[in-house]
Amino acid sequence: MTEHDPRLALRVANATYGIGGATILTDVSIDVQYGRLLALVGPNGAGKSTLLGILAGDAEPTSGDVTLQGRSLGSWSPKERARRRAVLLQSNQLVFPFTAQQVVEMGRAPWIGTEESAGDERAIARAVTVTDSDHLMQRAFPTLSGGEKARVSLARVLAQETPIVLLDEPTAALDLRHQEDVLRTARESARSGAAVVVVLHDLSLAAAYADEVTMLDGGRVVSGGSPAEVLTAERIEAVYGLAVRILRDDDTGRPIVVPRRGAVV
Amino acid sequence: MIAVSTVLLLVGIVLSATLGQLPISTQDVIGSVLRAVGVGTPWAPSDDLIEQTLWQIRFPRVVMSLLVGATLAIAGAVMQAVFGNPLAEPGVVGVSSGAALGAAAAITFGLSFLGGWTIAAFAFLGGLVATLLVYGTARAQGRTETVTLLLTGVAINAFAGAGLALITFLGDTQSREQIVFWQLGSINGSRWNEVVIVCVVGLCATAIVVSFARRYDLLALGDRTASHLGVKVERLRIASVVLVALLTGVGVAFVGIISFVGLVVPHLVRMLLGPAHRMLFAASILGGAALLVWADLLARTLVPASDLPIGMLTALVGGPFFYWLIRRNRRQSGGWA
Repeated sequence: MTEHDPRLALRVANATYGIGGATILTDVSIDVQYGRLLALVGPNGAGKSTLLGILAGDAEPTSGDVTLQGRSLGSWSPKERARRRAVLLQSNQLVFPFTAQQVVEMGRAPWIGTEESAGDERAIARAVTVTDSDHLMQRAFPTLSGGEKARVSLARVLAQETPIVLLDEPTAALDLRHQEDVLRTARESARSGAAVVVVLHDLSLAAAYADEVTMLDGGRVVSGGSPAEVLTAERIEAVYGLAVRILRDDDTGRPIVVPRRGAVV
Repeated sequence: MIAVSTVLLLVGIVLSATLGQLPISTQDVIGSVLRAVGVGTPWAPSDDLIEQTLWQIRFPRVVMSLLVGATLAIAGAVMQAVFGNPLAEPGVVGVSSGAALGAAAAITFGLSFLGGWTIAAFAFLGGLVATLLVYGTARAQGRTETVTLLLTGVAINAFAGAGLALITFLGDTQSREQIVFWQLGSINGSRWNEVVIVCVVGLCATAIVVSFARRYDLLALGDRTASHLGVKVERLRIASVVLVALLTGVGVAFVGIISFVGLVVPHLVRMLLGPAHRMLFAASILGGAALLVWADLLARTLVPASDLPIGMLTALVGGPFFYWLIRRNRRQSGGWA
């Protein structure tokens, strides 16, 4: 490998991933950079969550390389990884009735026994405030609604305070306001230097907040670049099989993706 | 909860020492214990019979019951953490009967190459095989289906039952009696050398388990999330499976199958003190010890001049409790997911 670029957090190079005879990713290469918010988009079954799992180190590609800061991801111990990157999965279930507060505190586990643990309370308080989950802290996690669980889980991820943050559909269960809050928080993390990868279904949301969009289809990268470059009407139509119109947000100048619905009868 | 269990445990210990065919006064008990640790008091009993009854019969029995109660409760709590399922319990899923099968084999075939440890070692092996079977069958994609878990338990219990029957059939009269006593469970006739074995194994295994407490907390978030937080999930699970087999096997080797302790105690603790494992383990040790000391006291005093099998007593209470748990579990998750 050539000399390591300090802005490069994670790199997936020519990764192919198959399980049980099915190939889920084919020859995928992406770079995840510090200070940038990268959105992964694509239709159901495109391989977005699998790619995120490979970035997280949950699965190793059948062929190809994954490196974290220039060093093969597999050579980092689980604890070292936990101090570099935090992951929010789609489903956040809990077996026993821990309180939301205890769940957020679990985010600090990787830092136990390090100097960083002095900042536990500050990190937790910040994460809880940012996710607007202050009032949920004393509730038992399994009794929370889907959206509340998602916010508390996000607070857990933010409390981990890692330079790399991987979020798998963090907005799926959230109401309009909290969707925007989550992506604003994600972008602020990126602005303060973190590398943030977000799997999103809502293309307009991706367009509004991402610095870069990577579109997957059938396990391959179809396109990567700025939201305006990637999210064109022709490409979306080809990938999703749906005619769309691209509008322009007057405030941000970013694209808004609207399906062409014809006349509503 | 902690205070209540401690008081219950202490009262239970003293009562267990005083009650029986030969009634002994509380003063005699306290005096005798104080004398043993080198404090002379006027309370110390002068009667040799009292002294012998206490130290040869009652004390080993009391200590054995509290040790076994604590190890079973801990084993249950660990199993529930590892399987991510509050219904996992060594007795229910067949670890206890696996251990009993191992121990029975050691007795019938007269194996003794490890001295006093032989039976314990075989019980451990039997328990380990059973735990690995449950683990291999019931876990799929990082979670444990309740139905698969319980059905695996049914299968293992059936197989171990058949094995026990076969060994009973093969054995001579003396080993038959011993095997029957396992299936019922009894702390009657515990000896100090057995107590020492349970104590050594129990203490070591418990110390390791307690050091894993925080990792078990993280495991509640699911395998993937736990590993994202730095837990070596697979290694933790395998270590835990061995520990569960140790904690269960060592008790089963000497007192037989005593089920439901590992189910009832951790569950009550979670309801009262929450699910954080450090506290769960501490309170389960006390609660399990108190429960079995009292259960054994009842077992030998409920019917005058006879010793009821303690396993029968715990199952009498634990069975309905288990039933209630299943009902509740089912209501909450809306059927068997």
